[in-house]
Parts: sequence; C-alpha cells; structure tokens
Amino acid sequence: MRQDTRVNFQFGGSQTAAARRRKQDRSTGGVSLTAVGHSYGELRTLDAIDLEAAPHSVIGLVGPSGCGKSTLLEVICGLREPSAGVVSVEGAETAPERLERCAFMPQRDLLLPWYPAIDNAALALRNQGMKRAQARAAAAVLFERFGLAGFETARPGELSGGMRQRVAFLRTLIAGKPVLALDEPFASLDAITRGEMQEWLATALRTDPRTVVLVTHDVEEALYLCDRVAVMSSRPARVVAELSAPHPRAEDRDGAVTDPEFVAAREEALRALREGSR
Amino acid sequence: MRRWLLPLGLIALLLGLWQIAVSTGAIANALSLEDFLVPSPVEIAESLWENRSLLAENAWVTLREMLLGILAALVVGVGMAVLMHRWQVVRDAAYPLIVASQTIPIVVISPILVVWFGYGITAKVVIVALICFFPITVNALDGLRSVDPETVKLMRSLDASRRQRFWRAEAPAALPSLFTGIKIAVVVAPIGAVFAEWSGSSSGLGHLIQSDTAYYQVARQFATVAVLSAIALTLIGLTALAERRVVTWR
Repeated sequence: MRQDTRVNFQFGGSQTAAARRRKQDRSTGGVSLTAVGHSYGELRTLDAIDLEAAPHSVIGLVGPSGCGKSTLLEVICGLREPSAGVVSVEGAETAPERLERCAFMPQRDLLLPWYPAIDNAALALRNQGMKRAQARAAAAVLFERFGLAGFETARPGELSGGMRQRVAFLRTLIAGKPVLALDEPFASLDAITRGEMQEWLATALRTDPRTVVLVTHDVEEALYLCDRVAVMSSRPARVVAELSAPHPRAEDRDGAVTDPEFVAAREEALRALREGSR
Repeated sequence: MRRWLLPLGLIALLLGLWQIAVSTGAIANALSLEDFLVPSPVEIAESLWENRSLLAENAWVTLREMLLGILAALVVGVGMAVLMHRWQVVRDAAYPLIVASQTIPIVVISPILVVWFGYGITAKVVIVALICFFPITVNALDGLRSVDPETVKLMRSLDASRRQRFWRAEAPAALPSLFTGIKIAVVVAPIGAVFAEWSGSSSGLGHLIQSDTAYYQVARQFATVAVLSAIALTLIGLTALAERRVVTWR
C-alpha cells in the first residue's frame, strides 16, 4: 500500500495520460538547450545558450543579478517560449509539453495561506485530479520522510522560513515531474538555515533523484548541490564557463566545502563570474 | 474591555450633556424654537418604547429592502468582477461605464426608478443595489487582480487548469477585498433605502421620518434614526463576524 503511494506520486498520479507519456520518453531524458536566445522586445536577455543536463543530474546556473537566469529557467519550464533556439525537456520541445514535464519552484515560497501545509504540498496532485484524502496521504509519506511530521495542519503563516521552504520544495517534488526547476530556493534564508537547507535538499535528491536545474547567485551553494555549474555573463546572458563540482551533495557538507579541490573550483567559478559581469 | 468602555463612556457623556442642554432650555433658546421641537434623550427613549410596534414594522420593511438590495448587488457585482477579471475586453469595455454610473447622484435617479418600478419593494431594492454595486464590484475586482503573477506561474507549473487557478488561488485571495467592499456596501445601503422611500413609498423607516416632519413628531424622528443606525451597526458587526469566520488566515 505504502509502496503504491510512492509510485503514484513519482509519476504524478498513475492514471493520467500525461504521466504515461512522461514515463515513455524518459529514455530520451534530461534537459538540453541549443542556441537558446530570448528578448523582451528590444531588450536581449539570453544570447545563444547551450546547456545539457543528463537525466537525474543537477545543473547549476550562477550569474550576476538581473542577468536573465530566472528568464532562462522559465523558458526551460515552458512558462515562456524562447525567441530563438531549441529547448528539449525529456524529448519534448513545445512549451505546453515542457510545462507538463517540469515542476517550477519560485524564489519566494508562495505557499497559499488559506491551505494547511499538507494541502500546499499536495497542490499538484489535487490539480491532477486526485481526491483530497488520497493526495494528503501521499504528501504525508513525504512529510514523514523529510522531517516535517507534525506540521501537516499548520498554516503557512505559522511556519518558520526554513519550514516554509521545505514545504515549497516538497510541493515541487510531489508534482511527480521528471525535471525540477528551482529559482534561488534558499536566497531568502539566513546563512545558518541556508546551510541546513542545502544539506536537506542534498539528502532529498539522494533518496529521490530527479533532473534538477538550480538557479542561484551563491557559487558555494551551486558547487555543493550540483554536478555541473554553468557560469553566466551579465545581460544578454551567455555561458562563460562550465565547471564540474568535486563532491556533489556530499553527506559531510562542512568537509566538502572546505576541501581544497572545492575551494579551487569556487575560486575558478568566481573568476569566471567576475569576467562575465564586466 | 477598554475597546468597549471608552466609546460607551463618550456616548454616555454626550447624551448627558444633551439631556442637560435640553432640560435647561439652552438649545431651544439658542435656536429660538418651541420646547417640543427639541426632545431630550429621555423623551426620545420614551418615544422609542411607545412606538415600538410601529418602529418594528417599518424597520422590517427597510431591513428587507436593504438586505435584498445588498444581495442583488453582491450577485451582480461579484459576477461582473469575475467577468472583468477573466476577459480583458470586458474590463476595458465595462469599467469606465461602471465608474461613470457612480457620477449620477442617487437622489436624482431614485424618483425616476420609482416611476418605472412603482411604490412597491422592487424600486427600493434596485436603488439599494445600485448604490451597493460599485464598492462590491471594484473591491472584488481588485482582490482578484491582487494575485501575485508568480503564483499564477507556479499554479500553471503545478498542472492547474484555468478553473483550478481561479478556485484555489484567485478566489480565496480576493476574499479579504470582497469583505471590504461588502462593509462599505452595508454602510451606504441605509442611505439608498431612505432615499428610495422618500421618492415614493407607504412604509419603511425613511417614509416614517418623512411623514413625521409634517406633524412635528421630532422625538419619534430621532427614535427612528436610532433604529436605522442600530440596524446598520448590526449589519456591519455581522459582516465583520462573517469575515473573521471565512478569512481565517489573516
């Protein structure tokens, strides 16, 4: 029974046609961008971006503020169409199909204050047509697993910033989509909570791997959480450097981020960032 | 405690001053009036008691006009707000017209409506609805539009249909604003009802005040005003109570 629930949320409700489709083209997998450009009228935001994220890998996008990272994320998710180039998510290239395959986590948690935490987390399942009791049961399993047990009925207003971010992430995870698009998920948190949340997210992704595109302005966060990190220039954004992270999502975060190899990678990323924002 | 005691104390003080001013003849002298035209609070209270069944009868008439008018305004106002929110073209077309409709004073339009709808309750309901419609529509629309554009993106990414986006995100977000609109409507509804009755009627608190003017029944007029005001205060209180029950997340 419990096993069933888990399978259900991974495919976003086994009964939907969309879920079956997603399952089929998982073979093509991952996210790939070819010469993707975007502009708001005259303003060019993205300039010929090439990126590749293998299935179940985490790719980080770092860049100066206002460089178009969030726009790029929205393009990947199918919330926007690019002005040029091809975006492929699990083999799907049109915006509605990409939207079906990506779960977007915005910068602010944007939990709906009129729903208790568990209903916020289960929002996608409800939207996909699942009954409330069933959706809550599926979400409760994850609350248990990710240290939120006991907070099911709390209203978002009663939760701390870190807790709200966890619920917001579970909401993204429960949608059951193969690709997660996270837009600076921890930017609003204090340094200590942010470190804890990074470890928490690393654990979550170890137990439930997905293809993740993570936008952040924090180089250290990117190098700790991601397999590969793309450094972007200021507007119009290009990829100026691509680095491999030495110890992605290591269990010992403090050890990992102080490791000489990690420090070297961080210096290299910062150098690329400085050159790109000139 | 303090929240209740302070205003009640002030009311008691004002009533006391009024009582003294009337019983010493100060007001009547200052305005060069006959004493019976300046009733004291005690006389008004006596009138309230003596005329209780007359007042209750007429209060029920006016209350019904107000409630039906507010209800009609709520149905039409929320309906319009939803249509204007859903279709930009409806908003562009209707919004200027709705604002323009408010420039016509209710005093001017109500005699015309009485000619059209007669002396019965229909004309009154229409007039109350007209005056209540604007605050409800505008506030409901504001509420619907207050939804964060990022929330809309989030809902789209979480597989919400247009309808689910409305019921799960936009409609709840609009509720606090809608209640603000209802509270304003409740405050202006008595004005609409009284004007409507003055334009032509055979019952209601407004009608009673008007006919009492002819007979210099000043004490009963004050008593009627007190009843009207008590009705309005009760409706405001009930609206606030409903808001607290519905909008539990604030």
